[in-house]
Amino acid sequence: MTLNGWIQIALFCAVVLALVKPLGGYMTRVFSGDRTILSPVLGPVERGLYRAAGIDARHEQSWLGYGLAMLGFHALGFLILYAILRLQDWLPLNPAGQAAVAPDLAFNTAASFVTNTNWQNYGGESTLSYLAQMLGLTHQNFLSAATGIALALALIRGFSRASARTVGSFWVDLTRCTLYVLLPLCIVYTLFLVAQGVPQTLGPYVDATTLEGARQTIAVGPVASQVAIKMLGTNGGGFFNANAAHPFENPTALSNFVQIVSIFALGAALTNVFGRMVGDERQGWAILAAMGILFLAGVAVTYGSEAAGSPVLNGFGLAGGNLEGKEVRFGIVASALFAVVTTAASCGAVNAMHDSFTALGGLIPMINMQLGEIIVGGVGAGLYGMLVFVIVAIFVAGLMVGRTPEYLGKKIEAREVKMAMLAILCLPLMMLGFTALATILAAGLAGPANAGPHGFSEILYAFTSAAANNGSAFGGLSGNTLFYNTTLAFGMLVGRFFVIIPALAIAGSLAAKRTVPASAGTLPTHGGLFVGMLVGVILIVGGLTFFPALALGPVVEHLAGAAGQTFATGG
Amino acid sequence: MSRPASSLFNAALVGPALLAALRKLDPRVMIRNPVMFVVEVVALLTTILFLRDLATGAPGLFFSGQIILWLWFTLLFANVAEALAEGRGKAQADSLRRARTETMAKRLTGSGRDYETVPGTLLTVGDVVLVEAGDLIPSDGEVIAGVASVNEAAITGESAPVIRESGGDRSAVTGGTQVLSDEIRVRITSAAGSTFVDRMIALVEGAARQKTPNEIALNILLAGLTIVFVFAVASIPSFARYAGGAIPLVVLVALFVTLIPTTIGALLSAIGIAGMDRLVRFNVLAMSGRAVEAAGDVDTLLLDKTGTITLGNRQATAFRPVRGVTEQDLADAAQLASLADETPEGRSIVVLAKDKYGLRARDMAGLNATFVPFTAQSRMSGVDLDGSHIRKGAVDAVIASVSGQPMASRGSSAALAYHPAAESETVGEIRSIAEEIAKAGGTPLAVARDGRLLGVVCLKDIVKGGIRERFAELRRMGIRTVMITGDNPMTAAAIAAEAGVDDFLAQATPEDKLALIRREQAEGKLVAMCGDGTNDAPALAQADVGVAMNTGTVAAREAGNMVDLDSDPTKLIEIVGIGKQLLMTRGALTTFSIANDVAKYFAIIPAMFLGLYPQLQALNVMGLASPQSAILSAIIFNALVIVALIPLALRGVSYRAVGAAALLRRNLLIYGLGGILVPFLGIKAIDLAVTALHLA
Repeated sequence: MTLNGWIQIALFCAVVLALVKPLGGYMTRVFSGDRTILSPVLGPVERGLYRAAGIDARHEQSWLGYGLAMLGFHALGFLILYAILRLQDWLPLNPAGQAAVAPDLAFNTAASFVTNTNWQNYGGESTLSYLAQMLGLTHQNFLSAATGIALALALIRGFSRASARTVGSFWVDLTRCTLYVLLPLCIVYTLFLVAQGVPQTLGPYVDATTLEGARQTIAVGPVASQVAIKMLGTNGGGFFNANAAHPFENPTALSNFVQIVSIFALGAALTNVFGRMVGDERQGWAILAAMGILFLAGVAVTYGSEAAGSPVLNGFGLAGGNLEGKEVRFGIVASALFAVVTTAASCGAVNAMHDSFTALGGLIPMINMQLGEIIVGGVGAGLYGMLVFVIVAIFVAGLMVGRTPEYLGKKIEAREVKMAMLAILCLPLMMLGFTALATILAAGLAGPANAGPHGFSEILYAFTSAAANNGSAFGGLSGNTLFYNTTLAFGMLVGRFFVIIPALAIAGSLAAKRTVPASAGTLPTHGGLFVGMLVGVILIVGGLTFFPALALGPVVEHLAGAAGQTFATGG
Repeated sequence: MSRPASSLFNAALVGPALLAALRKLDPRVMIRNPVMFVVEVVALLTTILFLRDLATGAPGLFFSGQIILWLWFTLLFANVAEALAEGRGKAQADSLRRARTETMAKRLTGSGRDYETVPGTLLTVGDVVLVEAGDLIPSDGEVIAGVASVNEAAITGESAPVIRESGGDRSAVTGGTQVLSDEIRVRITSAAGSTFVDRMIALVEGAARQKTPNEIALNILLAGLTIVFVFAVASIPSFARYAGGAIPLVVLVALFVTLIPTTIGALLSAIGIAGMDRLVRFNVLAMSGRAVEAAGDVDTLLLDKTGTITLGNRQATAFRPVRGVTEQDLADAAQLASLADETPEGRSIVVLAKDKYGLRARDMAGLNATFVPFTAQSRMSGVDLDGSHIRKGAVDAVIASVSGQPMASRGSSAALAYHPAAESETVGEIRSIAEEIAKAGGTPLAVARDGRLLGVVCLKDIVKGGIRERFAELRRMGIRTVMITGDNPMTAAAIAAEAGVDDFLAQATPEDKLALIRREQAEGKLVAMCGDGTNDAPALAQADVGVAMNTGTVAAREAGNMVDLDSDPTKLIEIVGIGKQLLMTRGALTTFSIANDVAKYFAIIPAMFLGLYPQLQALNVMGLASPQSAILSAIIFNALVIVALIPLALRGVSYRAVGAAALLRRNLLIYGLGGILVPFLGIKAIDLAVTALHLA
């Protein structure tokens, strides 16, 4: 580790923190229905959209109505995306003449983008037409991100409202989020990326003659516009197979820095929206602090481990950090930081190959996802995932002050605990359950490229990434098979909707409750004590579940590596 | 008075508890406790497999036999905890049952004294019975005629008799209590089997125990955690197969049972029962566990001024002479005027004169004095002695008497205002002193001797010693106190300020009380109050915690959700403390139980996977002797920690009235951090013992 490295990390944190308040303030105005600086331009568009869709913007929905609207909307989005993928050879904007996507891969890809996972069992430039990328994927990138934010808002309203039957309107939240937040930011962001050298064209792939005289086809396309939303919306699905490691997706150190910041920007700012909407910004900062502690711990381990390099190679006298699978233009610190950020948030874009990380360096991304991506997390999803943990933490430890646990004046009772546990249960079920299946079935064992614990890690990482809706991959796994396409898609759908629905149910039941005014007998939830308690519960309740699996994967790999032992390929 | 606390592990309780623990192994009983039920299922399963292996003679039976044994111990210890908690209630129930012995009732057949003798159990609601001196009251009822002294020791443990009379707020009688003198007619209000004593028995025995809302929520959490660990453990066999090995089932079971929250699962119901028991020993009966929990959540306490905040009566606190009169002279005159005054106020003047000026009580006869008693007309009292007249009384009445004005009416201050000439300088001074006293919450009493105004005696409500500190304590706990009084707002404000309550309701009517409770509840607050009269019943029913005084009416008792057998309204404060303690104990043991998992993982995971990957020995941070001893030590620790925590579960965690932040810091440190560290030490110690004994 170097001072320079830590300065980069500190700079990153400073920029994210500086964005929290202004973005939080702006989004609060947007989602409260207040006028914003963009209202003169976008107001008529917004009203026009409601009129066209026949929506009464003042009509709010109960949690169930909100959830059904969301599910119906996603079912339709899923079908449209599936249809585009299957029919892309019949549709326009296919200069490279890509064939129709196979049914299982189309199913996997549709599930992946609808759930904000962006797991990619395909290489974008070799599989998809421009139309599929733009109309199919980019469109879902916007909507799945907006959906995450909308659901976080519904849950926030659960806390901020009292004796209410509604939690907002899904249509309005979705529209306002897309129109006022995502689109304007992405337009500016896209222009910045183009300035950095990211292509944005509908023209065909370019043929070039290399120095050796060989002909090479260089893939281009509407890249910048997709990269902007894939980062900002924590989607992570790259235009190219190499994702943000590809020089056309992430050409410079500056574009890399901005991309990492943009992964966290909206998620971190949503904690501020939360604080503002519940009437106490400190509550938002406390949540962000808990996220920050877990994040910095992760960065320290991954950066430290990558900087120390491979113990096996060090044993041969090859001192220095681990640069395998990393882009030299980013170096160790920017790659390690990117890996931790992209898995802490549910982005899943990668600028280095996690498969090539050291055992401990790759352990942290896995833990980040196994905790449910609540360290800033996916836009919206991180906040509601974190609030689910807050409910559990408050319930476990809050009793110790001698009152029925309450958070922000809302009593946490059987129904909230039940829903929170449901949301927490589905992740280990998907991650461990499918890994257990894949490690004994021939179809599953065909996937990993490596033997021994590392191969195990590749499988575990895949299902972890899917269920957590991350989308990053431990490269070594060959996922485009019937088995992995379907199981991963299933994991993604369950990991998304079986967290969302309980979270919405919590929103509904909280909104209906009265708000108890705080007193000296109320557990304070904005101080260091609460933050520490929350971190402890997250690690013990959320993390310990995965201890056996991690012990058999990265931990044993690390210990073996430290002893100079490797595992032969071939098993 | 409080019932003697039975010592925790006294032999008389432990024996039956062990028996009961065995009986509770019945799956139909266990299923009430999801976590322990799961333990029982896996224990049964592994036992069956063990027996099969025993028949076939598989290796490693000594080790798996021990694990299975400890699984059953875990279950038994959990049942012992519950049985012990119940046993303590049973002892109390038995003494209550003796009060319920079959009584014969004298059922009145007409309006006269004719009655027929019927067994108490045949009485129906609405029957009227005659109870004479020496009779046991056959069932719960309301006195409709007569007054009697009643010995209620059977239910309260208090042997001093209490008065029960018709009409007032002390008309309720309880079946099984005994009339000592006089006779009363009682209308029966509850049929046999549903009387107060029946309910009490059911409550202390835990038979009527239903899970409280909070307990249900906690059970859901524990069940959820159990399922999480099902996933964690059930996925291990295939992971192990991938790594080229297999894990024995008994080891998986050991890991699973140590990980699921057995500690809190085992103690949860014991904590609840013990909480109720603490209240009972405190002579308060909660009609439901829900009420006890609600007590911990109370935000606002409504307290009656008289008896709770102040001593029963007003007392003289100061002599305030006018200019030219010494305090001594005023005290002397006031004392003389009060010598024969038997009212509490009068006596308090004599006491104050003695305490402050050493004026000894004098003998009225020796002074040749005649007492002039208080009348509603004169609104004064006093003495005439040796031609001297001393009067004390309402300020305007005394002023009127010295200025020779006839008393116009009771509103004579208005009459006086028409005669400004009568306002001498002294009168003005008296008035200003009186006003000052009234503003401070006192009652002024003017004293005059032979037509000359001497000064004013200040009578005041005496705030109970230490009550101010109690309220400060409550404030730190975040509880707002509201004083309820019939006094006028000015007096009420002064007493409220002196006692340190947060708010007051002056000139309170029952409707005002009810409205106040509704207002507080509309703001989302939980309200506790106590009351005894029939007119308190609506408010008692509306309050989240309504403590009815045992001396109160049947209506009040029915409306409240707790009954204080000692009829001491101050207890409300302790009830809140007990409720908080109950919730805290649950939270502390849950936190402890979950925090324990860290060490258990570090004990079992390396032991479990050592055969697959010897490198994992590095995770054996405790340096446990062998994989088998590690696993055995973890499961033994898991069982023994239940036993070790039974006293804490029954006694409750220590509770101090400090703010939530301080409480949390302290408890997180003890039960959170302690919960992480203790098992590391415990498992290591057990491992040393297990190794020394060659058990593994």
